[in-house]
Amino acid sequence: MAHVTLSHFLVVAGLLFVLGLLTVLTRRNAVAILMGVELLLNSANLNLVAFNHYVVGGIGGQAFALFVIVLAAAEAAVGLAIVLSIFHTFKTIDVRAADLMRE
Amino acid sequence: MEHALNELAPVAVEKVSYLWLIPLFPAVGALINSLFGIRIQRTLGKRAVHLIAIGMMALSFAVAVRAFLQLYALAPEERFLQQTLWQMLSADRLRFDLGFALDPLSMMMVLIITFIGTLIHVFSVGYMADEPSYWRFFAYLNLFVFAMLLLVMGDNFAVMFFGWEGVGLASYLLISFWYTDIEKAKAGMKAFVVNRFGDFGFILGLFLLFWTLGGVWEPRADVRSLTYHPEIGESAVPSATNPFESAAPKSVEKDGRVLRLGPTLNFRELRDQVVIESTGVAEHLKHQTVWGFALMAVVGILLFVGAMGKSAQLPLYVWLPDAMAGPTPVSALIHAATMVTAGVYMVARLSYLYALSPTAMGWVATIGALTAFFSASIGFFQYDIKKVLAYSTVSQLGFMFIGVGVGAFWAGSYHLLTHAFFKACLFLGSGSVILGCHHEQDMRKMGGLKKHMPVTAGTYLVACWAIAGFPWAAGFYSKDEILWKAFSARDLAFLGHSAPWLGPAIYVLGILAATGTSFYMFRSYYMTFTGSYRGGEGHVEEHDEDPHAAHAAPHHATPAHPQDNVDPNGATQAVHAAPHAAHAVHAPHAAQDDHGAHGKADHGHGHHGVVPHESPLSITVVLVVLAAGSVLAGLLGIPTLWSHTEPALERWLAPSLPAEVHFAEFPHATEWLFQCMGVAAAAVGWFFARLLFKDGKSPVPAQLKKRFFGFWTVVYNKYYVDEAYHALVVRPALFLARFFFWFDQHVIDWIVNFVAWLGRLVANIDGAIDTYVVDGAVNAVAGVTNEAGRALRRIETGRITTYLYGLTLGSLLVILLNFLFR
Repeated sequence: MAHVTLSHFLVVAGLLFVLGLLTVLTRRNAVAILMGVELLLNSANLNLVAFNHYVVGGIGGQAFALFVIVLAAAEAAVGLAIVLSIFHTFKTIDVRAADLMRE
Repeated sequence: MEHALNELAPVAVEKVSYLWLIPLFPAVGALINSLFGIRIQRTLGKRAVHLIAIGMMALSFAVAVRAFLQLYALAPEERFLQQTLWQMLSADRLRFDLGFALDPLSMMMVLIITFIGTLIHVFSVGYMADEPSYWRFFAYLNLFVFAMLLLVMGDNFAVMFFGWEGVGLASYLLISFWYTDIEKAKAGMKAFVVNRFGDFGFILGLFLLFWTLGGVWEPRADVRSLTYHPEIGESAVPSATNPFESAAPKSVEKDGRVLRLGPTLNFRELRDQVVIESTGVAEHLKHQTVWGFALMAVVGILLFVGAMGKSAQLPLYVWLPDAMAGPTPVSALIHAATMVTAGVYMVARLSYLYALSPTAMGWVATIGALTAFFSASIGFFQYDIKKVLAYSTVSQLGFMFIGVGVGAFWAGSYHLLTHAFFKACLFLGSGSVILGCHHEQDMRKMGGLKKHMPVTAGTYLVACWAIAGFPWAAGFYSKDEILWKAFSARDLAFLGHSAPWLGPAIYVLGILAATGTSFYMFRSYYMTFTGSYRGGEGHVEEHDEDPHAAHAAPHHATPAHPQDNVDPNGATQAVHAAPHAAHAVHAPHAAQDDHGAHGKADHGHGHHGVVPHESPLSITVVLVVLAAGSVLAGLLGIPTLWSHTEPALERWLAPSLPAEVHFAEFPHATEWLFQCMGVAAAAVGWFFARLLFKDGKSPVPAQLKKRFFGFWTVVYNKYYVDEAYHALVVRPALFLARFFFWFDQHVIDWIVNFVAWLGRLVANIDGAIDTYVVDGAVNAVAGVTNEAGRALRRIETGRITTYLYGLTLGSLLVILLNFLFR
């Protein structure tokens, strides 16, 4: 069993980021997009924690990660409220429908 | 004529303040009638119009008489009234004023103009009664008198020249008074144009005169010494005696009178400068030459060219016969009594200059003699009564120029005076006849008028005596004096060569012309007033349906005269004549009852072809006064031979005519002989005229005409002078005008058009640049912006996904660039 190194963390974080990004870019469901955003945030959290553990030391990274989690929670609340509002307006949560700013 | 030049002192000047009134009154009259005449005539009637005009003339005459009385009271050599109104122009040392002067010569002229002018105004009341634009006629007449008074009263060349041109204008206006008739309008234009030729010479003469006088007026050492010679100025002005004070105005003093030396346009100052030998002006003028010719001869001849135009001398006389197109009072006033004598007046006025050049004198006298003879011969065969008088006027003017040309200045002026009376009388007589015969001027259609118009006939006969030269009328005295002086003149020169033969030669021409004058004047009298009335027939002739057409007068085979059937109103008189023609031929006397109808002015023209009638009182009174003048004027010129004293007029005029001219002395017997020859000439002319034309019965004139038809035709057509002028002057002028028109149309216009085309081309190019380059750039900016906006708009989808793609791609790009350009 090989020793788990920083690179492993970074790869996992990268994969998560890509998956999140793809979700955000390709999904039409607004809730799915919010979920993609969570992936993105968590990949960043993973990076923060990993770099703190292997490179910096201390608990700064973890603290940042906790802040990001809190922020993500707030973001999810606001995002879900927006999704609700979109649904109210367009009777759907397909983001393609919400193109009023085009005009 | 024994006035030595150098004995004269500067003329004493009597300053007066009323002279300007003389020309002012007619000017005011002209102004009133020309500005308000039409309204006055409409509201107050013709009476008001002529009262204004005649009133102004009478006032002017009254002032002239007042001036005459003052002048007469002065000592002869001090007779000079002068008034300067204001200075008109000043250039360096030269200045001229609006000034009037009356010396005996201009006094005589002013009296003639205002007196005869007033009479002719009165005459016009009757003559022009039917004229619709009555006010215009009187306005013009007053304007003429104003200009004529300026001409004779002006005390310098400038004022004289204003008058000179002013009378030309008035003459033009009055000749073409009935301007709707194209022939009359043409006659006016002809008079004006021919006079321009004369005036051109006149003004050239003036320029030349002042050019040469400029030489003597320049401050020169010798002139100064001459000027202030001790002999002259016993009490010369102190500043003037100083030869070093060249800036001081030069002056000569004699008998306590100062003469200003220097540039002047003033007749009196110039006269004093020329006449007083010590100024050196006369000497300077005599020896001056221009292009090898004696200058004074050239100046004299050029000034005389002006007189040729104005006074109708060869070869510029052609306008005067045509000027008869004007109303008859105009012919009498302007083209006989006053304006045409302006040339004579000018020569007499400048006698001191003419006396310096025998050549100029000879030229004047020769032209005068040729004109007198030539136009007298044309007068022989004319049928239009006014044309006869016109040619006789030209001829009499020739006599006047003989007078002033040979140095008998007073005799020329005297003939001017007598001629003014008898020719005005003749013209107004003819006007009366024309009026009586309903605007018929052809003498062949007159005859026997003595019965119908006795006053006119009587006065006409008196005037005929005067012009023919019978010793019981005035013409004899002036004409005889002129011819006698011509015969005894010895000072004349012909083109620079002394020619003692010239005087007698002029005498021969003159006496022949006098005989001719007597002949054609009595011819006109007998044709018009004796025999039986031939009117009416002439009108019948025009209507073929009339059975009396066959009775047309035998003379009608001759070429129709252009002046026939002159009708001032342009009415179709032939139409009116028709119903009366038969009536007239059958019973000329029965038509007497028509006189009543004629009294009502507006009916006058409805009765052509009926018996002539005597003219109204305003006409006959004037005729009688003029006829009396034609006789009584003789008293002014009783020859020295009879009375052993100088003629009254010669004494009167002597101070005005200071020129010294020598005449040969002859015994009294010779002079008596020549006077008898003068009377004989008149008698011969009268005898033949009576023989041939009395009562219109003699067949001889017709036979003679047939015999010498070629000659007759040439003379009847005035020697084809008009045609020659037409061929030599008018047609080249017209050709030149047409050439210039062509040149203008094709060359000048082409250049103009080319320039315009060039401008248009440049403008088009400029326009294209503006449209396509400047506007293009502006539009391109706008277009590009527009297109870019249109293209970029597609990016803006409004979908969040798209923006996220953009964000992602941008981020990747930044990262990539970060790696690439580290």
